[in-house]
Amino acid sequence: MASDAHAHAESPALRVQFDTEAQQKDASTLGMWLFLITEVMFFGGMFLVYTVYRHVYPGIFALASSSLNVYIGAANTVVLLCSSFTMVLAVRAAQLGQRKAIILFLILTLILGGIFLGVKAYEWNEKFQEHHIPGSSFHFEGMQPDEQAHAQLFFSLYFAMTGLHALHMVIGAGMLIFLIRQAQKGKYSAAYMTPVDLGGLYWHFVDIIWIFLFPLLYLIDRHLKG
Amino acid sequence: MSEHIDSIKTYALVFAALIAATVGTTAVAFVDLGPFSVVVALAIAVCKMLLVALFFMHVRHSTRLTRLVVLGGLLWLLILVGITMSDILTRGWVGVPGR
Repeated sequence: MASDAHAHAESPALRVQFDTEAQQKDASTLGMWLFLITEVMFFGGMFLVYTVYRHVYPGIFALASSSLNVYIGAANTVVLLCSSFTMVLAVRAAQLGQRKAIILFLILTLILGGIFLGVKAYEWNEKFQEHHIPGSSFHFEGMQPDEQAHAQLFFSLYFAMTGLHALHMVIGAGMLIFLIRQAQKGKYSAAYMTPVDLGGLYWHFVDIIWIFLFPLLYLIDRHLKG
Repeated sequence: MSEHIDSIKTYALVFAALIAATVGTTAVAFVDLGPFSVVVALAIAVCKMLLVALFFMHVRHSTRLTRLVVLGGLLWLLILVGITMSDILTRGWVGVPGR
């Protein structure tokens, strides 16, 4: 007990229910991972629906998938990977207690995330112009009416999946702004940087979702069109 | 857990590998590998996921409990996909009388 009281007096960030800072940090990390697992299952359901319908209508899905712009998709993947790199450098700066570096890398991550969303908005706008938005004005060139319905299914799934991913990016951007402001107030140090660490986990998770969305939506049927 | 701080070099190498894999998966998508196009694309995606999880998300320095939870989560995903697809993929295998 005496050593506990000592540990609590030494570190103001340590809550009463934990014995040591390491234990508190481990609990936070575990809790974040449990949340991310629920997100894996959430996105997993969407990936599963996509897999099932791709299996049911392979030809139509291949045509619809090949109409996406693969170069923009690949470039956006690179942008998102860059943002993950700057995020991991922000976490590293937090581990070392370098306040200015934390802020710099978090701002860079925010900018790269913004570029990703901007490119995504450009792509969606293209879909509007091509009448590839599911609904009454939907039209996919050179398809029979019943095939149109199945192509709409592809684009419904495309918008649902990229839309939910973009929503996660927007939430991530809000989280980054919060972290930047807290870092500017000097809340994070080498001894206490859990929020930056957990924010990093979330950002990388959203990156991983895109790592799977990109090949599944843009790439896997590309060879059929040559 | 003793805090591990990886070097910038380690992160830069992982980042370079991720970029290379992105370029690679895009290039190979235009090659006709038949049904293996999906396999190759997913294999590259899984490798990228492992790089991000192990290095950027620090799973390789995590506690055993955290690693167990991560693996457990992937196991549940496998159950979801495995059982559903075993239904969808095998529906045509056995003829239904009267159809």
